[in-house]
Amino acid sequence: MFLQKIYHTSLYQIMIADIWQSLRSKWFWTYSLLFGGFVAVMFSTGITESQIIGFVGLSRLMVTFMQVSMVILPIYVLITTVRSVVGDRESNVMEYMLSLPVSFTGYFWGKFFAKFLITFIPVFIALLGAAIWGSFTRLDVPWDLFMLYSALLASMIFCFLGISMFISVVSHSQDLAISSAFILWLVLVAFLDLILMGLLLKLRVDAGTVIGIGMLNPLQVFRTAVLVLFDPELTVMGAASYFILDTVSRGLFIFFAIAYPTAVGLGFGWLGNYFFKHRDII
Amino acid sequence: MDQSPFIHIQSLSKDFNKVRVINNITIDLNGADRIALIGQNGAGKTTLIRCILGQYNYSGTLSVLGFDPRKNRKEMLNKIGFVPQTPPPIKLTVKELVNFFEKITKTPASAFQRISNDMGLSLEANYGKPFHKLSGGMKQKLLISFALGRQVQILLLDEPSANLDPQAREILFDHLENYNRETLMILSSHRMNEISKLVNRVVEMDLGNIVLDNKLNHQKPE
Repeated sequence: MFLQKIYHTSLYQIMIADIWQSLRSKWFWTYSLLFGGFVAVMFSTGITESQIIGFVGLSRLMVTFMQVSMVILPIYVLITTVRSVVGDRESNVMEYMLSLPVSFTGYFWGKFFAKFLITFIPVFIALLGAAIWGSFTRLDVPWDLFMLYSALLASMIFCFLGISMFISVVSHSQDLAISSAFILWLVLVAFLDLILMGLLLKLRVDAGTVIGIGMLNPLQVFRTAVLVLFDPELTVMGAASYFILDTVSRGLFIFFAIAYPTAVGLGFGWLGNYFFKHRDII
Repeated sequence: MDQSPFIHIQSLSKDFNKVRVINNITIDLNGADRIALIGQNGAGKTTLIRCILGQYNYSGTLSVLGFDPRKNRKEMLNKIGFVPQTPPPIKLTVKELVNFFEKITKTPASAFQRISNDMGLSLEANYGKPFHKLSGGMKQKLLISFALGRQVQILLLDEPSANLDPQAREILFDHLENYNRETLMILSSHRMNEISKLVNRVVEMDLGNIVLDNKLNHQKPE
C-alpha cells in the first residue's frame, strides 16, 4: 500500500524518468567507464601488491580509489548535474513537464534523487566490483573499510549535488551555471592548502581558526576522513593532526565527515527547492 | 448550477525585469467557451498561458477552477490539458513517455493511443524511438494525444497545428470540435481563419492588453 502510494507520486515518476534519460546520455557511460576502468587498471597494474603505511591488498586499492575520487568526483558531479534545472528551463522541457500534475517539490527532489543514484551507483559498483574481484582472487576484503568508504562517497556526492542543484536553480543560463560551479570548485580546492597556508603565514591568523575554516570545506573533510581511515594518527597531516584528534576522537571525526557533507547537501537542496518553488520557473 | 467562471482574472499584471508584459487585464473565461487567443508576437499570449499554468508569479487575482495556480498546482493541473508551441526535447522513448503520462495523469495508454491513431501516428510502431528524435509533426501529434486523451475541464493549446500536415490538422480540428462541450478551450493561434469555425469567442491581445473580446455567432442564416 505504502509502496503503491510512492509509485504514484510525482517525485518518484520524475525520478524514474530522469534516470531513464540519464542512462541514455553519453556522460553517464563515460563516467561509469572511467571509474570501472580505473579499478580494472589498478588491478592489472598490481597495485594490490604494493604497500602504503602498512596497507596492502584491497585496502591499498581502496585508499588509492578514494584519493582519485576526491580529485575527480566533486568536479564531475558539479559539471554533469549543474545544468539539470537550468537546462530544462532553457529547452522548454520544464514548461511542458510542469504543465502536468507535478508538484514543484516533486520535480526538484525527483531530479535530485535521480542524479544522486546515477552518480553514486557507478562509483559504488566500481568499489563493490573491486571487493568481489578481490575475494575471488583470495585477497582479504576489508568490509568495514568498504562500508565507511561507501558512506563517505555517498555523503560527498550528496553534498556537491545539493550545491549543484542550488546553482542550477538560481542561474539564468547554462553557461553561467557551469562557470559558477567551476569557480566554486576552484575556491574549494584553493582552500585545501594554498589559501589556508597564506592565512597562517602572511596574516598570522590563529591556527584553530585556520583549521576550523579547513573543516568547513567539504573537500577537506572528505580528504581528512580518507586519511584518518588508513592513517589513524594522521601523521601525513603534520601538526594539524594534533589539533583535529585532540579536539575530536577518530570515531567522532568519521561521523562528522559523513554527517556534515550530507547536511550541507541537504541544506543547499532545501534552499534550491525553496527558490524553485517561489520564483518564475521559466 | 454553479455559474462561476472557470478562469477568473482580475487586474493581472506581469513584469520581466521591469518591462510590463501583461498590463492589468481583467477577464472571465467560462466553461463551454472556445476562445481564439490571438495577437502578434510579444502580445503576451504565452505569458498569460504560463500564468494560468502556475509557472509565473504575477500581481493581481487569478483563479483557475477555484484554485490558486501557484498554491494548488497539482489539483488544478489534474484538470488541464496543455499543448505547447514547440515540442520540448524530452529524451525518453515514446514508450517511456506514454508510461510516464499514464502514471502522472492516471489515464490509460489506450486513450492516448486512440487519438494518435486517428492522427496517423502509431504509438506501437514508434515505442522504441526517443521522443526528441521524432519529426516535428510526430512530436506534435503525440503531445496532442496526451492532451486530448485525458478528460479535462480546460484545454490550453498554444499553436497546436503549427507542425501538422493539412490532413492531421483537419483531424485535430474534428477532435476539438467533438471534445466535451463543457470544456473551456483556449487556442492561441496566428491563423485566425483556420480556427474561426471552431471558436465562439475571440480575445485579442496587444502589448499586454486585451484589445478585443468578442463573442461569435456561428448560426447559419435561414
